[in-house]
Amino acid sequence: MATKIDEAQVRRVALLGRLELSDEEVTQFSGQLSAIVEYIEKLNELHTDGVEPLAHCLPVHNVLREDVPRPSLSNEAALANAPEREDEYFKVPKILDDNSGA
Amino acid sequence: MASQYKIVVGLEIHVHLATRTKIFCGCELVYGDTANTHVCPVCLGMPGSLPVMNKKALEFSILTGLALNCAIAPFTKWDRKSYYYPDLPKNYQISQYDLPFSEHGYIEIPAGDGSNKKIGIIRAHLEEDAGKNTHTLGNFSAVDLNRAGTPLLEIVTEPDMNTPEEVGALARELQRIVRFLGVSEADMQKGHMRFEPNVNLHIERDGQVFKTPISEVKNLNSFRAIERSVAYEAQRQYAEFLETGKTLQMGNKRTYGWDDAKQMTVLQREKEEAHDYRYFPDPDLVPVEVDDAWLNEIKSRLCELPLQMQNRFVSEYGLSDYDAGVLTADRATAEFFDTAVKLGADAKRVCNLLTQTGLKLANEKGVTVNQLGIGPEQLVQLAKMADAGDISATAATTIFEEMAVTGGDPMQIAEQKNLIQKSDTGEIESLVDQVLAENAQAVEDAKSNPKKAKKAMGFLMGQVMQKSKGQANPKIVSQILNKKLK
Ligand SMILES: [Zn+2]
Repeated sequence: MATKIDEAQVRRVALLGRLELSDEEVTQFSGQLSAIVEYIEKLNELHTDGVEPLAHCLPVHNVLREDVPRPSLSNEAALANAPEREDEYFKVPKILDDNSGA
Repeated sequence: MASQYKIVVGLEIHVHLATRTKIFCGCELVYGDTANTHVCPVCLGMPGSLPVMNKKALEFSILTGLALNCAIAPFTKWDRKSYYYPDLPKNYQISQYDLPFSEHGYIEIPAGDGSNKKIGIIRAHLEEDAGKNTHTLGNFSAVDLNRAGTPLLEIVTEPDMNTPEEVGALARELQRIVRFLGVSEADMQKGHMRFEPNVNLHIERDGQVFKTPISEVKNLNSFRAIERSVAYEAQRQYAEFLETGKTLQMGNKRTYGWDDAKQMTVLQREKEEAHDYRYFPDPDLVPVEVDDAWLNEIKSRLCELPLQMQNRFVSEYGLSDYDAGVLTADRATAEFFDTAVKLGADAKRVCNLLTQTGLKLANEKGVTVNQLGIGPEQLVQLAKMADAGDISATAATTIFEEMAVTGGDPMQIAEQKNLIQKSDTGEIESLVDQVLAENAQAVEDAKSNPKKAKKAMGFLMGQVMQKSKGQANPKIVSQILNKKLK
């Protein structure tokens, strides 16, 4: 059986997701992910010609909120789960490729 | 040198919308507050929290899209753009991918020669801003998430700009538009507006056109920096082309940062990083449908746009393009001026009063001209008094200043301050007669020495004004003098 998701692809997805995987895990996930993709491929048997792509699975739209402020968390509560902090800030490893500003 | 080049620039623009709260949660947007005090489970990206769309953010976006002549999509949805970054706590940004709320528009900018130029808008979509890495602590960064979740309008233009000035003009015009619409404070220093030019050159050589690799320039926080970075890039790319002959290819776009101190662009990334954003529809947010009723309601909030108003002030009111530009820099001034003129004041007079005195007063008080406690009717009255010669131009300024303090009636202030000019011809005539009798030589010169006539006339005029303690209407004095010296 040809693997749908080879080990190189697993390593790439892991890199994008900032996950550190051992070689054993890479092999393991390659097999598992391939099985999942194979299973999902069954959907290709359906005829979807002329069917609009689905934007959302719920038949609901326009769930909107008025522009009214609600209480935020305190600084202490906001930082409570932070592995590291510096004064009022979250402290994280320095970012080399500064891409901030979306 | 047989080669000539054309600069080609498109802009990617991010605009903070001036809503009170964030785009997907109720945290209040406050600039410059203590770090991480305007955050909640949603904008911190806590598992299990759910975003809810801010209606006003969407309406502000649509209003801007309409002003930019875009087609507004009847159906729009939200997508997740995945990337890992500490200032993006969810590890994805909620954005719009294949169904943006608006596309295919244009913006008109002043071309500098009195005409307008149309710059195409490819699309405008809504997304959330990230937080801020505020400073570096050795091998660590400090992250403030107060900004995370600020509604951000991303506007992408066609590469239709061909000079640094046009790029600057577009940036300024967009700032004026969003301020007129009231959808953004658009303060570049505060990061409310961010412009990223994509620059390259089309070089013609031996009947062939060569395109240089595209540079995207970041970190521009002033209009001047925008213009200078484009000019610098053009020069740099031309020199590079002459040296290397390198041309545009897939994947050789580079990212530069602008170094304001050195006034140059600095290479940040050689290649477009192999970003793989893995966009997919956000299951936490349902789509938005904009029906005609809603769209029309938003349309009704559109106002006359600044450039149209500026052009109208020139063509209808006869103002100079410069004056019209000053008056339309903000909507309050433009509308105040327009109202005063429509109430019957002389356009040039009101323009002078507002640009020379009104804007200065407003600036000192940190308000707009319509908040000076002076109604347009009172300004019209003041303008008419000056036109009629009841007060001098200097007195008009004094009265304007006093009106801003007391809110008083211009005529009353003029009377209290003794600023009404005497226009009583009988009284002025007797003053003129006295002066003529006392200055025989000057009279002689004014009448029959063409070389000295002008100077003598000025002297006599000054004498009359002095005798009247500056209160005679100079127009009438000059009329009487002219009549008597014929
Ligand atoms: Zn929040």
